[in-house]
Amino acid sequence: MSQTTETAEPFALSPEILAKIDKIVPRYPSKRSATLPLLHLIQDEKGFISQQAAEWVAERLELEPIKVLEVVTFYPMFQQKPIGRRHVKVCRTLSCALNGGAQICQKFKDAFNVDLNETSKDGEVTVEYVECIASCGTAPVVQIDETLHENVTEERADQLIEEIRANAKQAS
Amino acid sequence: MSAGENRILFKNIDQPGYGRDIDSYMAAGGYETLKKAVGMKPEEICSEVMDSGIRGRGGAGFPAGMKWKFLDRKSGKPIYLVCNADESEPGTFKDRQIIYKDPHQLIEGMMISAYGTQTALAFIYIRGEMYEGARILEEAIEEARAKNFLGDNILGSGYSCDLIVHRGAGAYICGEETGLIESIEGKRPYPRIKPPYFPAVLGLYMCPTIVNNVETLCHVKHVIERGGKEYAKIGKPGNTGTRIWSVSGHVQKPGYYEIECGAMTYGELINDLCGGLRPGRKLKAIIPGGSSSKVLRADERFTGKLKDGTEFDWGVGDIPLDFDSPMAAGTMSGSGAVIVMDDSTDIVGALANINAFYAHESCGQCTPCREGSLWLKKVTARMIAGEAREEDADLLKSIADQIEGRTICAHGEATAWPVQSFILKFRDEFIEYARKQAAERKAKNAQPAAVA
Repeated sequence: MSQTTETAEPFALSPEILAKIDKIVPRYPSKRSATLPLLHLIQDEKGFISQQAAEWVAERLELEPIKVLEVVTFYPMFQQKPIGRRHVKVCRTLSCALNGGAQICQKFKDAFNVDLNETSKDGEVTVEYVECIASCGTAPVVQIDETLHENVTEERADQLIEEIRANAKQAS
Repeated sequence: MSAGENRILFKNIDQPGYGRDIDSYMAAGGYETLKKAVGMKPEEICSEVMDSGIRGRGGAGFPAGMKWKFLDRKSGKPIYLVCNADESEPGTFKDRQIIYKDPHQLIEGMMISAYGTQTALAFIYIRGEMYEGARILEEAIEEARAKNFLGDNILGSGYSCDLIVHRGAGAYICGEETGLIESIEGKRPYPRIKPPYFPAVLGLYMCPTIVNNVETLCHVKHVIERGGKEYAKIGKPGNTGTRIWSVSGHVQKPGYYEIECGAMTYGELINDLCGGLRPGRKLKAIIPGGSSSKVLRADERFTGKLKDGTEFDWGVGDIPLDFDSPMAAGTMSGSGAVIVMDDSTDIVGALANINAFYAHESCGQCTPCREGSLWLKKVTARMIAGEAREEDADLLKSIADQIEGRTICAHGEATAWPVQSFILKFRDEFIEYARKQAAERKAKNAQPAAVA
């Protein structure tokens, strides 16, 4: 029985990221300490940490792959699978919940027709509930990609949803 | 600044025209204290910090000078200083203000502390979600380096120290100092057992290490500026300096307020500075020091004797804002995060929310915490899903009691304390909640089945 051999694309990083990595590693007294910074850089470029990425980090830092994998699987911010181009993170914790965080989360889920931790069919948006992001005085808060949005009322949520949609149309 | 506040750390924050750049900071007298510090002997810095009586602002309230004194200097190993900027105790958002609006104050406080402890290399461990905060700190560090406030031969003193910004990746347990150390080492942030792993002896890379909170390290700058004994005049004995309180929940003006220790009460903070509760609402409960601290019911009274022998008889609103008073009331000031809940709050729902947090954040190392936190979450989740039982109050308490004191780190207590205090203080409400649901279930079952 013949079987087509799947050749995985070789894992490669941009020269900019590689240059940053070369600068970061020697700053630490131990190479292993560069695990988190390297994973952040790779996730910024690739969107998630693949098995290959973890193995690449392990090789770069002269570690057994499990030592990187156990880090990737522990920390909530590392994605092991691709997620949407836009990442909506609604705070779930108490101060936001006391100020209507659940309704705000529901609005985002409805707008993009997804459940929690799901990505919209067009691959555009992932909605996630996250734990306290240290902005309780301006609850409820939503972090979209890297930007924190404070005092997110229902009207503000509608605006943010519209912005995400407009941005998606422009991008396509 | 609101009346009643005494802004020392937050003096420049939110002032018109004040930016986070080094020029703004230096125009306001910034880095003058570092210049003074490098002219002092390192041990003089340490004794000023000891004299100031300054207690850690991250949660435990341990005297910073004492922490520094425990440093094992005989080992000959390099000393590390780590700033805990992993602000993640629910309700807390004070360190964020310093990082985003006045990063140089933190850098100055750190370099003074680094010089005092003769640190070889310093780190700021910042939560991963503060993307912008990390960039701000990196930029500020380069500005400071250009002026020789850090790096090689700082201000010609012969002392050198670099500062690395290290980003976390969303795990609450990294706020625990030994978990944080493991995280910098590139591992899962499993807290270490103490003894033997006291950071001051066996810390980062098994070397003597100091881990201090952002606010604490900023205070060091003001301690050296004024002198330890002078600084200790702010506040009260054993509770010196100012503290930044983060207030959230059901108040009119949530926010951050810097208050001299003991100068105001929880009631004054909530009613005067925060504008009180929303119209028509009454206070139901206060979480006085981050979500792991024991809840206070609005109508509780606290009587007893303070450490100095003074008798007290307080309502919730009368408790002074410091370290020792909340402790005397059976709770703690923790990270200074006050979460206010009015009479619209579903108390079972609030506990379910807290339980979900601590279950999500347990590192999984110790069985009582890993399993217990999940059970607590499951029970309260079932309750709010309509399947509450009268015996749940006892069940919750029994699980919490089996976690407390049986774990490597304080995450066990952080998980148990909310449950124990919610059940102790709102027991009737938990039971009533279950009775009401039982009656509803009964009424539903009694209805004749709809004919298809």
